[in-house]
Amino acid sequence: MAVRFLPPLLMLLAAVAAYFLFPYNLAFLTRIVIMVVLVLSLDLVLGFAGIATLGQAAMYGAGAYAAGLFAIHVWADPVAGLVAGALAGAVLAALSGAVLMRTQGLTLIMLTIAVAQICAEIANRARGVTGGADGLRGIRPGKVLGVWEFDFIGITGYWYALAVMLLVFAVLAILGRSPFGLSLRGIHESPARMEAIGVSVYRRRLAAYTLGGGIAGIAGALTAQITQLVSLETFSFSLSAEALIMLILGGTGRLYGAVLGTVIFMAVHHVAAANDPFNWLFVIGALVLAVVFFLPAGIAHLPTSLKRLSKGGRHAGS
Amino acid sequence: MNLLLNIAVDGIAYGMILFMIAVGLSVTMGLMRVVNLAHGGFALIGGALAHWLGAGLGLPFGLALLLAVAGTIVIAMPLERLVYRRIYGFGELQQVLATIGLTFLMIASVNLLLGSSLLAIPLPEALSRSVDLGFRQLTAHRAAVIAVGALVILGLWALLDRTRFGIRLRAAVDNRDTASALGIDTGRIYMLTFALGAGLAALGGILGAELLPIDAYYPLRYMVLFLIVVAIGGLGSILGSFVAALAIGLIETASRYLVPDMATITFFGIVILFLALRPRGLMGRA
Amino acid sequence: MQGLEVRGLSKRFGGLVVSENIDFDLPPGARKALIGPNGAGKSTFANLVTGILSPSGGTIRFDGQDVAGLNEAQRVKRGIAKTFQITTLFPRLTVRENLRLPVLEREGQGTRMFRRASGNAEIEAEVTALIDQFDLGPLADRPVLDLAYGQQRLVEMALSLALKPRLLILDEPAAGVPSSETHLIIEAIERLPDDLAVLVIEHDMDLVFRVARSIVVLVQGRILTEGTPEEIANNAQVRELYLGGAHG
Repeated sequence: MAVRFLPPLLMLLAAVAAYFLFPYNLAFLTRIVIMVVLVLSLDLVLGFAGIATLGQAAMYGAGAYAAGLFAIHVWADPVAGLVAGALAGAVLAALSGAVLMRTQGLTLIMLTIAVAQICAEIANRARGVTGGADGLRGIRPGKVLGVWEFDFIGITGYWYALAVMLLVFAVLAILGRSPFGLSLRGIHESPARMEAIGVSVYRRRLAAYTLGGGIAGIAGALTAQITQLVSLETFSFSLSAEALIMLILGGTGRLYGAVLGTVIFMAVHHVAAANDPFNWLFVIGALVLAVVFFLPAGIAHLPTSLKRLSKGGRHAGS
Repeated sequence: MNLLLNIAVDGIAYGMILFMIAVGLSVTMGLMRVVNLAHGGFALIGGALAHWLGAGLGLPFGLALLLAVAGTIVIAMPLERLVYRRIYGFGELQQVLATIGLTFLMIASVNLLLGSSLLAIPLPEALSRSVDLGFRQLTAHRAAVIAVGALVILGLWALLDRTRFGIRLRAAVDNRDTASALGIDTGRIYMLTFALGAGLAALGGILGAELLPIDAYYPLRYMVLFLIVVAIGGLGSILGSFVAALAIGLIETASRYLVPDMATITFFGIVILFLALRPRGLMGRA
Repeated sequence: MQGLEVRGLSKRFGGLVVSENIDFDLPPGARKALIGPNGAGKSTFANLVTGILSPSGGTIRFDGQDVAGLNEAQRVKRGIAKTFQITTLFPRLTVRENLRLPVLEREGQGTRMFRRASGNAEIEAEVTALIDQFDLGPLADRPVLDLAYGQQRLVEMALSLALKPRLLILDEPAAGVPSSETHLIIEAIERLPDDLAVLVIEHDMDLVFRVARSIVVLVQGRILTEGTPEEIANNAQVRELYLGGAHG
């Protein structure tokens, strides 16, 4: 029992330690935390349910714009903004998923990319509402729970994002052990058998995609509130691809793999990309190939892989 | 009337470019069952080589084109052997990742050697001229693109229908296991097919540089476009890719002429609607 | 009448007739085997009954109701289940999780999100009973991919049985199982509930003669004959078919 609470406890400790160790990098730390939320949403969709997507940024961007517009035009309360972002992400995922979940393989991957591109195009064209290529400005979120005001250094932003991230983590941890979570893993392993058990795979996957969209929307809403700016970049293919890389790097289907992968990737990015975004592409390209060829199950599975290897197991690393 | 003609000419020329670039992708995906997101990279490599040879070294266009296509093939073959061959048996997701990684490396390499700005490919005088069709002026470039595209589809048809390689290739696409059981060297077929696809992508990239300008980010920018051709045409179908590429060329050109503000959205809307109704594309097999 | 009643069932693929005018009954508690040479249409028949294929003609009634218009999932809910000829499990889930899934879905709990999948005592008791029934106790917490093939075939059967079907079609239950382990499969079939209607499609004649009380011989999409194992063993046409087949 105690072992189960160890990873989340370590996570919390690391987050607190980071706060004190890097007091001048709070903005960066906050970006990591928000990215963890996005990658967690991808872990639900891809790690649990096995839906291959390269368009999670669509729901992230939708959540960001929804929360930004909500704060400007409706109500500045951050928590209400999160709800708005989650709803936007979930609605977009449900609408697009209704078509996407009928396809598979290449067509599915291509369409997920296309949906994000369409969103970017719509946001770009609707300049009057979204600010177009200049980005959505003028977001002034109110106090968190009416108590903590967002400050210049980003102290409130960090703890707020961290709290939301831990909540999302906890919800997904519960979900992962639930009958619903088990059925998603079942679909991932064998859709044919799930149909034979009497399950509509399409509807179950659509539910997972919608939930994942809601969580991605929360991540987007966090960005909008904390950076007080939403740009077209929130829909970018690079964001979707990087989120996928972080997840695979850490290991799919285990939530702390998403956390681990994100932290490592963002840290490497922070160091390598400081110089030149193009040299960064060399690093990331090589990193991705290395993961695919040498660590296919991700870092979170490393202990299992090693254990199997030492026992002479037949399926090490698969 | 003039508008319709413009749409037809530009759309068909654009479709031919898309066909040349995407046909190799379709065949390799149908044959090796590999989700290859890096295919646009070969069009980039072709374009970058042509830029370097033409604008940098001052070679005439025809020679630069030939050398660039040959150079792309020379780069593609070891890549197939070293990277692609290892991922054929992998899961879809690992293939997606590996080919994204490869795409990033291609972008970074081109940038390192040639920079991140537009890589112009100077056209010879003969291709920048206008050709008078009597009722309409047509740039020689468009005419040449359409002619080359027609030659490519005819050439591919002859290759597949009339040669031993073609028969073996079709057998391998239809059923890999049977083909290897019959003693067909599928490894060799994979490599030749891959090289052919990369070469055609380079050709399309160079000839299409006026429509799809070449810069380091080319493979990411047009990734979806090329994938759409394959998805709509149906994996592994050359005729499907051809019809899909022309249709996409015409639809995108028409929406740019007719509803310029909503072009991208209209285009994607039509694509998604089509794939919702026919998830396996025009000529896809179950 | 209860159980499965098939009348005049036929299936054509284009011009190819793969099932022709099949009449077939399977009352509760029956132990029937369907045999016949390759391409006789045995799998097609199973797929027509489970709803993976739709018939070109004829009726399929189960417990007095027409099920021809229902899809696979709906027929599962009515009590028709089958095992897969090629083992189709959830390889990286444990044996216990593999069996928990169908029980949860059968009980309509599959979409619950805020309760532990293992939190329902009744369901767990049922899963454990299934594990014991198939002698899988020591392997219960191992991923299925770690199991020997014969054991995977047992999980295959247990998974379908977990749906509490009233008709179970076993599609080549011993396919790929080494002959030294076939007895495990036979014993498992013998321990199936008495009131369950069981249809076995199998090539292994040892297994067929051990478990079936009645055998139906299918040839080129038609029923050649039906009888007790003894009658079938002594039937000249069947002997011709199986022995003669070796020469022609």
